[in-house]
Amino acid sequence: MRLEFPVAGRDFQAAGGAAQKIKRTLRQIGIDAETARRVGIVAYEAEMNIVIHAFSGKVGVDILPERINVFAYDQGPGIADIDLAMQVGYSTAPEDIKEMGFGAGLGLPNMKRYSDNLVIESEVGCGTSIRAVINLPTKEGS
Amino acid sequence: MQLKDIARILEAEVLTCEDKLNCTVEAACGCDLISDMLAFTKEKMIVLTGLVSPQIIRAAEMVDLSGVVFVRGKRPTPDIIELSEELGIPIMCTHYPLYESAGLLFAAGLPGWRHWPRAVGGSEDAP
Repeated sequence: MRLEFPVAGRDFQAAGGAAQKIKRTLRQIGIDAETARRVGIVAYEAEMNIVIHAFSGKVGVDILPERINVFAYDQGPGIADIDLAMQVGYSTAPEDIKEMGFGAGLGLPNMKRYSDNLVIESEVGCGTSIRAVINLPTKEGS
Repeated sequence: MQLKDIARILEAEVLTCEDKLNCTVEAACGCDLISDMLAFTKEKMIVLTGLVSPQIIRAAEMVDLSGVVFVRGKRPTPDIIELSEELGIPIMCTHYPLYESAGLLFAAGLPGWRHWPRAVGGSEDAP
């Protein structure tokens, strides 16, 4: 099952709406609260990255029997140095965005923190794609 | 501690979701940045913040927060109140600044992330 939502750059009114729908759907189909929370956080950070940095993009999830894959891709400036962008505290968000509570330099680190695997691919001047895997808990609860 | 205890201690005005005032709160976090909030909060926690933005409520829903307290006498705008009611996230306002709000709640026994046994990775770089 796939859920996919368009995300518009700089649309702070609608921002976060896609992650909210993803999380709500996961809970409605019976995904446990902790997994839904982790997916929601990763999707929210991915969505906000598109809103803050890109022109447009999409964010969504593929719901599989053993895991949930979060994906996001955008048309935007891309990330010149992914290792640097992964550093806690590093941010290229402009000042007006920081005044709105963003640009903590924790977006990508949060996505890594709450996912079991995170892959970021980016081309400067074209855009960025992100794939994150969140494994579902096993029946034994591990 | 329950939400109603937090409202009493902070002399706060409860703006939405009064039906949830008996909900138990186990810990709190003070932050003005969205990603800090996502990193260091989870369910049964509240956030104290001076950031008046709808995104605070959206992020609060992502981490299943028990409530949001706006400090320094800041008042949320109508769209924030509407979103809070829609998503069921209680919000309240206190005249105390962030530091004093946190101090009052900590002194009353409400821990932060680092002292909360249920925190994930709580021993690391918590605010």
